[in-house]
Amino acid sequence: MKKILIPLLLSVLPLLGWSAGPSIDLDKIRTDVTDTASLQRGVQIYMNYCMGCHSLEYGRYNRVARDLKIPEDVFAENLIFTDTAIGSLMTNAMSRQDGSDWFGIAPPDLTLVNRVRGSDWLYTYMRGFYQDDSRPFGVNNVAFENVGMPHALLELQGLCAEPPTPITDRRFDPLTGRLITEGGCSSYAIEGSMSTAEFDEAMYDLVNFLDYMGEPIQKERERIGWMVLAFLTVFLVIGQLLYRELWKDIH
Amino acid sequence: MSSSKPAFMEWLDQRLPVTNAYEKHLSKYYAPRNLNFWWVFGLLATLIFVNQILTGIWLTMSYVPSAEEAFRSVEYIMRDVQSGWLIRYMHSTGASAFFVVVYLHMFRGIMYGSYQKPRELIWIFGCLIYLLLMAEGFMGYVLPWGQMSYWGAQVIISLFGAIPVIGDGLAEWIRGDFLISGITLNRFFALHVIALPLVLALLVVLHILALHEVGSNNPDGIDIKKHKDEYGRPLDGIPFHPYYTLGKLPMIIIFLMVFTGVIFFFPEAGGYFLEYANFEPANTLKTPDNIHPVWYFGAYYAILRAVDFSLFFIDAKLLGVMLMGAAIALLFILPWLDRSPVRSWRYKGIYSKVAIVVFAISFAILSWLGIQPATALNNALAKLFSVLYFAFFLLMPFYTKYEKTKPVPERVPE
Amino acid sequence: MTQDGVNKGRRRFLYVATGTMGSIAAVGVATPFVKSWFPSERAKAIGAPISVDIGTLEPGEMRIAEWRGKPIFIVRRTAEAVARLESDELVGRLADPDSRQSIQPGYAQNTARSISPDLLVIEGVCTHLGCAPQYRPNVEPQPYNENWLGGFFCPCHGSQFDMSGRVYRNMPAPTNLVVPPHVIAGTVVTIGEEAS
Repeated sequence: MKKILIPLLLSVLPLLGWSAGPSIDLDKIRTDVTDTASLQRGVQIYMNYCMGCHSLEYGRYNRVARDLKIPEDVFAENLIFTDTAIGSLMTNAMSRQDGSDWFGIAPPDLTLVNRVRGSDWLYTYMRGFYQDDSRPFGVNNVAFENVGMPHALLELQGLCAEPPTPITDRRFDPLTGRLITEGGCSSYAIEGSMSTAEFDEAMYDLVNFLDYMGEPIQKERERIGWMVLAFLTVFLVIGQLLYRELWKDIH
Repeated sequence: MSSSKPAFMEWLDQRLPVTNAYEKHLSKYYAPRNLNFWWVFGLLATLIFVNQILTGIWLTMSYVPSAEEAFRSVEYIMRDVQSGWLIRYMHSTGASAFFVVVYLHMFRGIMYGSYQKPRELIWIFGCLIYLLLMAEGFMGYVLPWGQMSYWGAQVIISLFGAIPVIGDGLAEWIRGDFLISGITLNRFFALHVIALPLVLALLVVLHILALHEVGSNNPDGIDIKKHKDEYGRPLDGIPFHPYYTLGKLPMIIIFLMVFTGVIFFFPEAGGYFLEYANFEPANTLKTPDNIHPVWYFGAYYAILRAVDFSLFFIDAKLLGVMLMGAAIALLFILPWLDRSPVRSWRYKGIYSKVAIVVFAISFAILSWLGIQPATALNNALAKLFSVLYFAFFLLMPFYTKYEKTKPVPERVPE
Repeated sequence: MTQDGVNKGRRRFLYVATGTMGSIAAVGVATPFVKSWFPSERAKAIGAPISVDIGTLEPGEMRIAEWRGKPIFIVRRTAEAVARLESDELVGRLADPDSRQSIQPGYAQNTARSISPDLLVIEGVCTHLGCAPQYRPNVEPQPYNENWLGGFFCPCHGSQFDMSGRVYRNMPAPTNLVVPPHVIAGTVVTIGEEAS
């Protein structure tokens, strides 16, 4: 019995890995919430293009301003488009009912979207719109089939004529330092104001911002974590010395 | 002797057995001197229990137990309450750490026969603690009111519906509604923060009192009380304090390094401690793609799902629930299934050793299968390992009785 | 098991070192629990400074604003009322006429207890036990004071204050009403903010 079991196990184990795999290939992105400049660009895109429909209702403006090192008055003047206090939650004026009526389903709040979907998915989604005239808004998405959202960034990206292929690697040209994009959109039905590389950079910033938004404390959390581990390491040395000292009684 | 005591202790001891209790349970509780690292997990479980109680009390200060506000209040704790994120991660990581530690603690008992005579009652109290801990973990998981909270609760409570005749009524009674709702949330909250912790604390006390009555087992399964010195102290025993309290400090710190490592660097633990879908508020109209319980219920859930066939007049659903219940119930009668004359697997025969290893592997794989999507292959594997899981218990009276064991030494080997 | 030949100094040192590390750890663990009791971001947002436009506030009139859950009285005093604040008839009857024992920002520690004499901004919370005093601006005999010169009267335990919120002698309230930090810019009063 055992003789059969082990080879059987070994032969099926690789299969198990696949059973939980995603159904589409996602673009790979490595976010960096310590890159404040990127987060600042990200919040700018978010407030201008997304906030109208998608609230960030668990976060507060002043927290974002503080964490992203944007002075409160600058933030209030340039990034808050409603008449609301800097300390308020980042809600928007669209009611769930209106949202439902206009889009079929209310646009979800996106405070935690990065924790639900992951950065790779978001990045793929933001770059994944393409022309599909059978859909109500004329667009479809490679990461979200039959998506109920219009292409909000069409003026920036343009409209891809066919489903973009995934990119698996973010690489930079070692000489110029510019982003090399492989895959992605091969032909545009409508030209946007940004080049492909510029748009990719912008979406990186946006996803980076959403990563920050999902858990604003993450930078601080790791900072404290290192201090705790350093303390415990010292404690471990002392504890080990004490243990050896005490157990001299017994050995 | 008493002259060296401060006057206040003298006064106190005449009214409350403080010194007496300290000596009985710490400084003059003689534990075998050959305990290995497996004996740290009981202490760690106590530590986590304290952590859960403290962080739990603090969480209730900001958490709002209602369907409308629960999710928002958790994010309020994570963002607006100062250090709230840390307290919440300590609690959520603590829940999983509790099960890790308890599973290792239980496995220690199985390896070294700690459930055998005269420690049956300790084992049964332990099993009760484990059972209550599962209820506690389940109800706690419902409280954030995310997608996994909601649908996990929906599935688990529907299991009660499998019971013949009264099932549906029972499930409705537990929910207090026709489906999971704020009513269910509120009663789970009450049970999670008050009722179950009280009973758990009581059981922990009983578990330790029973242990200190008969004394700790050891890796050789030797009865150290057989050989005592002229003062009645076991020759192979050493005072629990300080040798196993301060002496265990390095192991406790190593545990804390892993524990805080998760809290500060991987609080979601790859979606196993905090599931991704649970960062989305409960939506009564949309089921997530892969609903599964948290990892620590995985094994039983895998057993439940493995049953897709009916037997005689019992349909698959009921049979699954019955087998899942049996998988837990068998733990309770373990002391009477083991017929071996020796405790520790060091002196048991080859069948016992193999059985214990296969059991551990089966349990681990079942736990993992329980949180994977239900594919045909996974289902076949779940069937296989469920059979092995049950075989460990049901065949135990035979393989422990007929195998050849090694003689147990009288004294702890040097 | 024997303790013969134990290096007692070394052992004591290790005990002390372990105790010290343990104490540091205990303080570290206690920190988040203690910190979590301070006002949360939500409380701070609710307690953020508020602005009130008092352009339409007539002399003698009072408006009540809410700041941090407390009523804030904003009174535009008449010229007579301001003049009376300095009168010997009143000052002799006050417990703390110069507000030495009372709480107010430095810029409001004067007879008028305000930035500009006509405008009083004061917390409507009695310094006795926290009731909200009533506004009684008229100079007329009152059941509790035959020679009432106008001010505030606390209905709970009868404390009397003048038009600057200064408490009379021999009242249950120990000190004058508190003046919150505030800024006046044109016709807008901002409460909870210090002038920079």
